[in-house]
Amino acid sequence: MGDIRFLLNGQPMVLENPDPTLTVLDWLREAKHLTGTKEGCNEGDCGACSVSLAAMEDGRLVHRAVNSCILFLPHLHGKSLTTVEGISPNGKLHPVQQAMVEHHGSQCGFCTPGIVMSLYAAHREGRQDHNDVLAGNLCRCTGYVPIQRAAEAAAKQPQPEFFDEAAALQNLTLTNDAIDGAYLPTDLDDFANWYVKNPNATLIAGATEVGLEVTKALKDLTNLAFLNRLDALKTIANDDNGIRIGAGVTLSQLRSAMVGKHTDFVEMLRRFGSVQVRNTGTIGGNIANGSPIADSPPALIAMGASITLRRGDKQREILLEDFYLSYGVQDRQPGEFVESLFIPNQPDTVGIYKISKRFDQDISAVCGGFSITIENDKITNSIIAFGGMAATSKRAKTVEAALNGQPWSEATIKAAMQKFADDFTPLSDVRGTADYRLKIVQNLLWRYWLARNGTSANVLAEVAK
Amino acid sequence: MSINKSIPHDSGIAHVSGTARYTDDHPLPANAVHLAFGLSQNAHADLTSVDLSAVRAAAGVIAVLTADDLPFENDVSPSIHDEELLSSGSVHYVGQPIFLVVASTHLAARKAARLAKVIYAEKPALITIDDALNVGSTFGNPMEFRNGDPETALKSAPRQISGAIEIGGQEHFYLEGQAAFALPDEGDIIVHSSTQHPTEIQHKVAAALGLPYNAVRVETRRMGGGFGGKESQGNALAVACAVVAHQLQRPAKMRYDRDDDMIITGKRHEFRIKYQAGFDDNGKLTAVVFEHFVRCGWALDLSHPVADRAMLHADNAYYLPNASIVSHRLRTNTQSNTAYRGFGGPQGMMGIERVLDHIAHDLGLDPLKVRKANLYQTGGKQETPYYMEVTDSISAELVDKLAETSDYVARRAEIAQYNANSPVLKRGIALTPVKFGISFTLTHLNQAGALVHVYADGSVHLNHGGTEMGQGLNTKVAQVAAHVFGLSVSAVKITATDTGKVPNTSATAASSGTDLNGMACKAACETIRDRLVEFAAEHWNVAADTISFDTGKVRVGNTVLTFKELAAEAYQSRIQLSATGFYKTPKIQWDRMAGRGRPFLYFSYGAAVSEVVIDTLTGENRILRTDILHDVGRSLNPALDRGQIEGGYVQGAGWLTMEELVWNDKGSLLSHAPSTYKIPSCSDTPEIFNVALWDGDNFEHTIYRSKAVGEPPFPLGISVFMALSDAISSCGKEYVALDAPATSERILRAGDKLRGDAW
Repeated sequence: MGDIRFLLNGQPMVLENPDPTLTVLDWLREAKHLTGTKEGCNEGDCGACSVSLAAMEDGRLVHRAVNSCILFLPHLHGKSLTTVEGISPNGKLHPVQQAMVEHHGSQCGFCTPGIVMSLYAAHREGRQDHNDVLAGNLCRCTGYVPIQRAAEAAAKQPQPEFFDEAAALQNLTLTNDAIDGAYLPTDLDDFANWYVKNPNATLIAGATEVGLEVTKALKDLTNLAFLNRLDALKTIANDDNGIRIGAGVTLSQLRSAMVGKHTDFVEMLRRFGSVQVRNTGTIGGNIANGSPIADSPPALIAMGASITLRRGDKQREILLEDFYLSYGVQDRQPGEFVESLFIPNQPDTVGIYKISKRFDQDISAVCGGFSITIENDKITNSIIAFGGMAATSKRAKTVEAALNGQPWSEATIKAAMQKFADDFTPLSDVRGTADYRLKIVQNLLWRYWLARNGTSANVLAEVAK
Repeated sequence: MSINKSIPHDSGIAHVSGTARYTDDHPLPANAVHLAFGLSQNAHADLTSVDLSAVRAAAGVIAVLTADDLPFENDVSPSIHDEELLSSGSVHYVGQPIFLVVASTHLAARKAARLAKVIYAEKPALITIDDALNVGSTFGNPMEFRNGDPETALKSAPRQISGAIEIGGQEHFYLEGQAAFALPDEGDIIVHSSTQHPTEIQHKVAAALGLPYNAVRVETRRMGGGFGGKESQGNALAVACAVVAHQLQRPAKMRYDRDDDMIITGKRHEFRIKYQAGFDDNGKLTAVVFEHFVRCGWALDLSHPVADRAMLHADNAYYLPNASIVSHRLRTNTQSNTAYRGFGGPQGMMGIERVLDHIAHDLGLDPLKVRKANLYQTGGKQETPYYMEVTDSISAELVDKLAETSDYVARRAEIAQYNANSPVLKRGIALTPVKFGISFTLTHLNQAGALVHVYADGSVHLNHGGTEMGQGLNTKVAQVAAHVFGLSVSAVKITATDTGKVPNTSATAASSGTDLNGMACKAACETIRDRLVEFAAEHWNVAADTISFDTGKVRVGNTVLTFKELAAEAYQSRIQLSATGFYKTPKIQWDRMAGRGRPFLYFSYGAAVSEVVIDTLTGENRILRTDILHDVGRSLNPALDRGQIEGGYVQGAGWLTMEELVWNDKGSLLSHAPSTYKIPSCSDTPEIFNVALWDGDNFEHTIYRSKAVGEPPFPLGISVFMALSDAISSCGKEYVALDAPATSERILRAGDKLRGDAW
């Protein structure tokens, strides 16, 4: 019924009706025998499978590292895929490859192609934040030090000559909007109508969650719709009241859009997943998924965000906090989808905290935020919301009640801290015990108090002598 | 000179280009089949029934094997034949293989493996150390090493402390999961395996197929990381592939999905160490009594030598005048714990480092002072608790030098100042030394072979019994060969480890790879070089001592010719240009039951200073600065050695901080993926990371006076744990008594306890 067209290391590929849930990694390794790209975990956590995916974004060709193990072939439609085999044309090593050799950045070498591809994408974009670039690439041998040295050295080298990727992409003629088993819409109205008729379809945006249904739960998914070609879901618009973000905006793009608006939110997004996960995962997916441990919903609830839901041509806007009804249940009708997110303007005083076993690329033990409005040293309003504390992202309304109307004082804060136990009965799991979770949300209110009083304390800001 | 040089890893360019081929990357014939195990969901049970009808009916399934289908030995144990490939009727941990699916694809095999209907008759499952202790579930009797009269010395000591520490295990998390494939070969079998121990794979496959060893050839070009996790844990996959390939006469491949890998395979042994120590007012030890409780898991695997090595490192770098070290090896219904970098040594060291930290707290002294008061003397004759004289100690000088270069004393004072003024964030610093014994404690394993060919064009083909897992062994051994022949390393072709070329090899383990195989290679190369010298002396009629090999040239009296020309001349004159080399470690002898002897040829030394910061509201923590001074003897390759040191330190720090294995009370491993088991990531490395190599030769005649480096740097990570303990100690007066791993939760809990706010 259709085909998938993309560039593989510069060569046009046309795949007639491929299995829509065949991962890019399996296709590369098994169909193309391009075994440089490795399977380390098959769930997007180790980065050994990293490849570069390039596409036009706002008129500019942008290279992004992605995890090929949880990316499906239809995601490639209209894009330029580059693997480790494709970055040393004419046999001359790319600067990141050369630097990795010279700085002894590989030992066992298994993570190396993924590291190289993350650094390659960063090099194409001129990024210098090497630790963030590599947060999604685990290495067990080197302790990362020589890789950091290589990244720094490579960043100083100019771009080598490449073929005209943008022109080659423009030469890809994409005609169809479906293959067998998967709808690949480009028109939002068409999709909205289709989804009303196919309310049981599986919607796939970045596949950072659905991918694991295939690679780990081993499910056979049918009746799929890939949302990544819906440009209408990728818009970001600022107005007098706030910022509206399309559901298809990736977490990377969201982070860029929020710079200068909310310091803590941007910092949380820096630690959200990894570069690879943020490059494919969308804000709509993170919201709609309804996971009680998702990082963005509690932060957004604290920021007073609302979402627009759409079914057919009908839209409705609700507060994000009202979207989450109970574990796995959201206020979403069959055939209805999250279309956009709205974050109202507010002073940059929202405190957002992500506590996890590892700073980078780790699911939080708790994540959430505090938004407390103080007028004349009195608390006039407060929103406190956390994930990881209940079956959904949830507000701490008893704590809020203990704060509202009270003086902004140490005594008020200390008293309110005791109320978290009335709001939350968290679970114990691999990320922390219930006692620990309760203790840290209490202490985070104290951290927020200190921060609002100008004595913020954060181990990440500490510098060695 | 090709030695003492920072030559890049021999596969560096192949690594960065994606052309380095790992086991799963080999193209296989189109009729290859793919395997997956069906796993036990129960920690301890008899199998009442195993209904495989749905498995057999699943798409792509070609065959399903159970224990009944195995023609000969059903065993993959590296030690006492207690580990069935497929369960024959009872299961002993969650993840034990029960049946084997053979399918047309990897995914089809995995899918089918989940379709079995197994009915279990559950039995009581022992998950924790306490579970095992409660019912006395052990492997054998306790072992004891004993020196002096610890009980009396303890009673008469001026001061005493006692306590206990829990030390968690560790997942290897080699980036390349376990993998193997087998090719039928006219009744024989060829196996490619990602293994540190090709010879053991050969033996297990031969036993499973009822073949002599000479009918099984095992090849390993490289592993994507091993760390001990591929010393015995690859046996099951290789044997499964061989059995299927032999039965179906089709190539068979198996690789574990990451979650399966973590659920099936063994890990670093979890320990509880109880201690009592007597000491004087300066913190000098007069007596130490240790009791080790070792969680071995369900089968023996390598647990005895692991637990032995923990005992052998209970002293770390310190003289224990009156010592008793008792070790209990506990059997539980969890993964069978196995070799992991340090092989029990790091756990043993944690015991004495805890004791000295505790003593320093008791006396109100800087822990470094207490540590220095107890280091083995330089040039001394002090004996270890197992009666080996420590004659090569450099700990005192090394520690002093590191304390000086890291500015330890001044920084400690600054940290105290910082902590006094910082209510939420607290810093800590610690210096810990390492002394690591080098040699396999099973003496006969300390042997190695090499096979070297010089072809008529002067190119060199190198093979030896060691395996490459990223440590750079092949590079170092090639440097040795190049050095003997006066060639550049690029003239030496490194080839896959192959049981058909060098037989009867030991595992590449115990940090011994370069020491053993480098010497064997040197012997082989020198045999050939001696023949060339003898030939050239006669051919050109010069004295043998006028002949030298350097930079690809050979000087024969006044004649200079290329190595290539000499090789061609020698071939024409019918000189044998191929040789084997062999090496066995001298001087060692060890009676493990008596706890007496010289198990090690020498010790590797090192020390690290770590500075950390913790958040006393959340337990979040970071390493801010690390300074390491490490002894690798006369380094064969400083860059590779530095890589081992940096990587070992970070891996050791991960073990003791964020890496936490969690099982539920039914024995299911909850931390079975990188989403739930966190190894250090890039930003977890210290911002300032100074690594220096100690300048000195190995006192022993090792390969060009270098020292082993694989495991010794790993316990440098203990300095992070002790620095965290130091940071927490500013929360109150009691001793911190931190357990490992020091996760954020443990740190917060420990700090709150000191503040009188226990929860």
